[in-house]
Amino acid sequence: MGEHTSKISEGRAGTPARAGFWPGPLPGFRLTLGFTIACVSLVVILPLSALAVKSAGLSFAEFWQVISSPRALASYKLSFGGALVAAFINAVAGVLLAWVLVRYRFPGRAIVDALIDLPLALPTAVAGVALTAIYAKNGIVGGFLEAHGISVAFTKVGVILAMVFVGLPFAVRTVQPVLMDLDGQVEEAAAVLGASRLTTFRKIILPVLLPPLAAGFALAFARAVGEYGSVVFISGNLPLETEIVPLLIVNKLEQFKYAHATSLAMVMLAGSFLTLLAVNFLQARKGRSHG
Amino acid sequence: MASSSSQAAARPFHLTQSPRWVSLLWIGLALGFLFVVVILPLVAVFSQAFGKGVGAFVAAIAAPETVASIKLTLLTAALVVPFNTVFGLSAAWLLVKFTFPGKKLLLTLVDLPFSVSPVISGLVFVLLFGRMGWFGPFLRAHHLQVLFSTPGIVLATAFVTFPFVAREVLPILQASGNSEEEAALTLGAGGWRIFLRVTLPKIKWGVLYGVILCNARAMGEFGAVSVVSGHIRGLTNTMPLQVEILYNEYDFVGAFAVASLLVFLAVLTLIGKKLVERRQGRPAVGAKP
Repeated sequence: MGEHTSKISEGRAGTPARAGFWPGPLPGFRLTLGFTIACVSLVVILPLSALAVKSAGLSFAEFWQVISSPRALASYKLSFGGALVAAFINAVAGVLLAWVLVRYRFPGRAIVDALIDLPLALPTAVAGVALTAIYAKNGIVGGFLEAHGISVAFTKVGVILAMVFVGLPFAVRTVQPVLMDLDGQVEEAAAVLGASRLTTFRKIILPVLLPPLAAGFALAFARAVGEYGSVVFISGNLPLETEIVPLLIVNKLEQFKYAHATSLAMVMLAGSFLTLLAVNFLQARKGRSHG
Repeated sequence: MASSSSQAAARPFHLTQSPRWVSLLWIGLALGFLFVVVILPLVAVFSQAFGKGVGAFVAAIAAPETVASIKLTLLTAALVVPFNTVFGLSAAWLLVKFTFPGKKLLLTLVDLPFSVSPVISGLVFVLLFGRMGWFGPFLRAHHLQVLFSTPGIVLATAFVTFPFVAREVLPILQASGNSEEEAALTLGAGGWRIFLRVTLPKIKWGVLYGVILCNARAMGEFGAVSVVSGHIRGLTNTMPLQVEILYNEYDFVGAFAVASLLVFLAVLTLIGKKLVERRQGRPAVGAKP
C-alpha cells in the first residue's frame, strides 16, 4: 500500500513537496484515501500491471511477429477502420438527432429521447443477436437488401452497423446539451443580416458544435474499437475478412497463447490511450473556448 | 399587400425557423435512422421470443440452465453494485472534498476501465488467476477456483463497472459545494454524521443514477465475463452468455426469450434513468463518461 501511495504522490510532475500537508478542513481524508486507493489498487492497478508484465515476457522479435502477422494486421484494419467509419456515421446522425430533439416538437419526442440511450442500457449480446436476426438473409431487412445485392450480416457492413449501434448515444449526448445552450439571438442576427438558413448553419451553428462533435466522435470511436458482444454475432468471424481485434484476442486465449493475446491487447490499449488523450485535449479546448 | 404587411410584422424569430417541409424532412430522417438501427432490433427480440407462442416462451425461461443463469446474473449484480457504490462514494468524497498531490492520476485510474475493451478486461483476470497466471500456482495449491467460476465473473464485472457510480456522483458533489458540510463541522458534527445527514441527502439522486447505470452494465456485461466464465452450462453462464449459447445452438426461441428479459431490464433502466433525471431537473446528458 505504501508503495502505491508514494507512486501517486509522485504523480503530478513539478508539484513541489509541501511540508505540513493539509488536505482540507473536512474529516474523512485518511479513511477515504485508504479505501479508495485499496480498491483502485486491487481492481485496476493489479490486473492491468499483470497485462504489462505478461507482454514483457516475450522478446521484442516475438512480440513484433505476433502484432504484425497478416491476420493481426487485417483485424486492426477492420477494428480501427470500421470504428472510424462508424464514428463518422454517428457524428452525422448525432447532429441530426440532437438537432431534431432540441429544435422540433413532435409527438413521442420524449420516448425518442429516451431511446437514444438504449444502446447503453441494452446488453451487447442482445444487440448482437437482434441485429443479426434482422439483417441476416432470412431477416426482415436482410432479405430485402439481399434481393438488391447488398449483404449486411457476416460482412464488414454488418460489423460497422453493430459499431454504429453501440456508439450512437455518445455522439448524440455530447452534441445535444451544447445545442440546447446555443443562443438563438446570434442566429436571428445572421438571418436579419440576410444569411440563408444553410449559411447560418454552416457559419454560426456548426463552428460551435464542432468541439463537442469531435469529442463525441472520439468517444464513439473508442467504444466501437473495443466492442465485442454486439459485433461477434453479426460479423461471421472469418479470419482476415471479418475478424475484429477483440475476437482475435479471444481466439488466442482459447488456444492458451496468453502472451500472444496480451501483445495484441497492448496494441489495442495503445490505440485506446491515444484516443483518450485526444478526447481530453478536445474537451480542454472546449472548456477554454467557453471561458 | 396583405402578405407583405404580415411579413413586416413578423418578428425576426421566424426567420430562424425552418419551413415546415424542412423540419418534417429532418424529423423523418432522424426517426428513420433510429428505427432501422435501434427500434427494429427491439421488435425483432420480441417477435422471435414469442414466435412460437407464449407456451414456448415460458418453457424456455423455465429451463433449468436458464434459471441458473438468471440466478448467477442476480448474484453477480448483488455483489458488484453495492461494492462499486461504496467505492464510488468514497472516491467522490476523496476527490472532491480534499486537495492532495496525485489527484488527477487517481481520477484517471478510476476512469481507466471505461476505455479498456471488455475482452481485455477479461484477459487481465485470466493473466492473474489462470493456470499460468500470477496467482495460479497458489490457487491450485489451495484448491481454490477463481477463473471459470463465480469469483472470476464477479471480479471481471466489478472491473468493468468500476467507474460508474464514482463518475455520476463526482460532478454532483462538486457542484453542491462544501459550505454546508463545513457549517455542520463547526456545529460539532462528526464525519459520518455530516456524510449521512448533510451530504447524502444532497446527492442521493446522483447516487441512484449511478447505481441504475452500474446495475444495467453489471447484469448485461458480455465480453469480459465471456472470457473468464469458461461457459460451463448451468454453472458459470450469466444471462448474456446463455443468450449466446442458445443462439449458437439454433435455439432461437430460447435465446430470444432470455434476450427479451434483458431488453425488459434495459427498458426499466431507461425509465428509471428518466425519472431520476426529472427529479434532478437536468437534461439528459447521461452518456458522457
